[in-house]
Amino acid sequence: MSYAFSIEPILDNWEIFAQGAAMTLLLTALGAVTGVAAGILGAVSRAWRLPVLSPFYAVYVECVRNTPFLVQLYFIFFGLPSLGVKLSGWEASFLAMALNLGAYSTEIIRAGVMAVPRGQIEAAESLAMDRWQIFRFVILRPALKTVWPALCSQIIIVMLGSSVCSQVAAQELTYAANLIQSRTFRAFEIYFFSTLLYLGLAILVRRFLKAFGRRIIDGRTA
Amino acid sequence: MPLVLAEGIQKNFGSLEVLKGVDLRVEEGEVVAIIGRSGSGKSTLLRIINGLETFDAGILSIDGERRTGLEKDLRPLRLKVGMVFQQFNLFPHLTAGENVMLAPREVKKLSQRAVRELAEETLSKVGLADKFKAYPDQLSGGQQQRVAIARALAMRPKALLCDEITSALDPELVGEVLDVVQRLAAEGMTLIMVTHEMRFARNVGNKLIFMHQGKVHEEGDPRELFAHPKTPELASFTSAIQ
Amino acid sequence: MISFSLWDIVRHLCVGAAWTAGLSLVAFALGGAAGLGVLFARISPRRRLSAPAKAYIEFFQDTPLLMQLFLIFFGFGLLGLDISPLLTAAIGLTLFTSAYLAEIWRGCVEAIPKGQWEASDCLAMSSLQRMRFVILPQALRTAIPPTVGFSVQVVKGTAVTSIIGFMEITKTGSMIANATFKPLLVYALAAVFYFIICFPLSALARRVERRLHAACAR
Repeated sequence: MSYAFSIEPILDNWEIFAQGAAMTLLLTALGAVTGVAAGILGAVSRAWRLPVLSPFYAVYVECVRNTPFLVQLYFIFFGLPSLGVKLSGWEASFLAMALNLGAYSTEIIRAGVMAVPRGQIEAAESLAMDRWQIFRFVILRPALKTVWPALCSQIIIVMLGSSVCSQVAAQELTYAANLIQSRTFRAFEIYFFSTLLYLGLAILVRRFLKAFGRRIIDGRTA
Repeated sequence: MPLVLAEGIQKNFGSLEVLKGVDLRVEEGEVVAIIGRSGSGKSTLLRIINGLETFDAGILSIDGERRTGLEKDLRPLRLKVGMVFQQFNLFPHLTAGENVMLAPREVKKLSQRAVRELAEETLSKVGLADKFKAYPDQLSGGQQQRVAIARALAMRPKALLCDEITSALDPELVGEVLDVVQRLAAEGMTLIMVTHEMRFARNVGNKLIFMHQGKVHEEGDPRELFAHPKTPELASFTSAIQ
Repeated sequence: MISFSLWDIVRHLCVGAAWTAGLSLVAFALGGAAGLGVLFARISPRRRLSAPAKAYIEFFQDTPLLMQLFLIFFGFGLLGLDISPLLTAAIGLTLFTSAYLAEIWRGCVEAIPKGQWEASDCLAMSSLQRMRFVILPQALRTAIPPTVGFSVQVVKGTAVTSIIGFMEITKTGSMIANATFKPLLVYALAAVFYFIICFPLSALARRVERRLHAACAR
């Protein structure tokens, strides 16, 4: 075998890699914030059986959780234009990621809401707080704290899943890798390096989320 | 006009009759101790007064306002009646001070400065002025329960309901909580407490209620009742406890 | 342009669905077997075994499935071996599945109370006997719901193999969508096919989970 692992195609194209990685992070950040927000709303709707919202979320969660992300993405990017909704690869990817995470985080956060002890809620009721005040000040933070590890894992899964967004021309990391590959024909090196980049991103994002959880969700100064 | 007036309160859980027509009359400034075996309905009665449970029949009025037991919005009632729980139920993600400040700020919409002063005042009343920034899991059970009392007091209730507030405490921590309650009683706070502390019920209470099988079995002056129980049930209950 | 009736679309998707189901079954069966091996290595007290197993699991959990497939496809190419999309997909999904299942099962094994391990030690059991007679029988019960739940992820994971050209539901759908100019209908139908496969599995996972909870509460 005369094959030699060559590092030039990586070094020569580091800027494209960096841009791709940055886009992946940006997509993940936007998707995570929107998705978790949707999940919080979904968790309340389901836990309190709010009219309209609760059945809506039930159907939405089942549809998303039982179909592949890639098909959801294709449906949004290729399908929706027939209904007059034309989204760029970027917008479609963001929407698909947020919708996907929204469904999973609904279920995750709901479990956290249900795990808040009944006595906490009764104590808040006896202080004359209303439902929304109780949710905002008494339930939400402990619930998020309980399920934060699960939520972090799900955000990482969504980030890694976003590598298929290259298929709708969202210029994230895999798109960058495909681009460089088509110019250099050094497929293995390029994808090997991209894989390591994803690994690094996953470790980085997990660390960040863990610290974020400690600071913001736990919120302890003492 | 009594602060709390209950007549013929009935409560069923499914086919189980927990309260079979309870009458209760609590005047302002009175300290009422409710005793009885577990399952006699005493905690349920307390929870009904605060609207944590509905009731199936009877008349209940708090501070002159008649309650149907079916109200959607119980907040006006809860502004008048505070509650302290057996399990403290402090909010674990908030400091002692924040636990006390939360409801006055969000419910009563008091200013940040006002709630701050209120929290400092009520926490020092329960002897925990220095624990303002401590989280519940950094406090002993007795301290947590005193914070819970401060939290209820900060809403300036007309009456305070105490549901076995020393039952979850280690024996050596019971005293500090009862001292706080005794001081409140001395200041004229209306107290309705379900308790197992017989000595406390006798020395601090000015009315004793003995519940038995979902009814008020005996009531009257605590010292008198403890010394001369009129019914064999109370006699056997007090001798079993002491 | 060929004209496709609704029936034609469904017919083609059915063929794709058979490939999706077949690939899922293979990946789940082989991945389960391999996952058991990874599990034993992972929970071994010997670091020589547990450290590589840990790295293996983290690699597959912290990198995209698509990249894993690319690496297999082009890696074999480097060795001068031409590898079909089907074989790439089967190997990739098997490895992916083995890593996830090993991690899921590790959680179940480690949830067995410490006293059980100590008690079997005190009975002078070997570590293999302890596993076989004490730990695994208990862990198996708690492992069933998340394992069934993960099978849904495997089925959904097969969609990614469409990108390397494996003709399962999604790839079939893409080709029909391009030929018919009816992407909305075709991708909606593709989603329905996945839903038909995945929903029963999700429902089953929920049911065994509930039953397990009921059994524990007793």
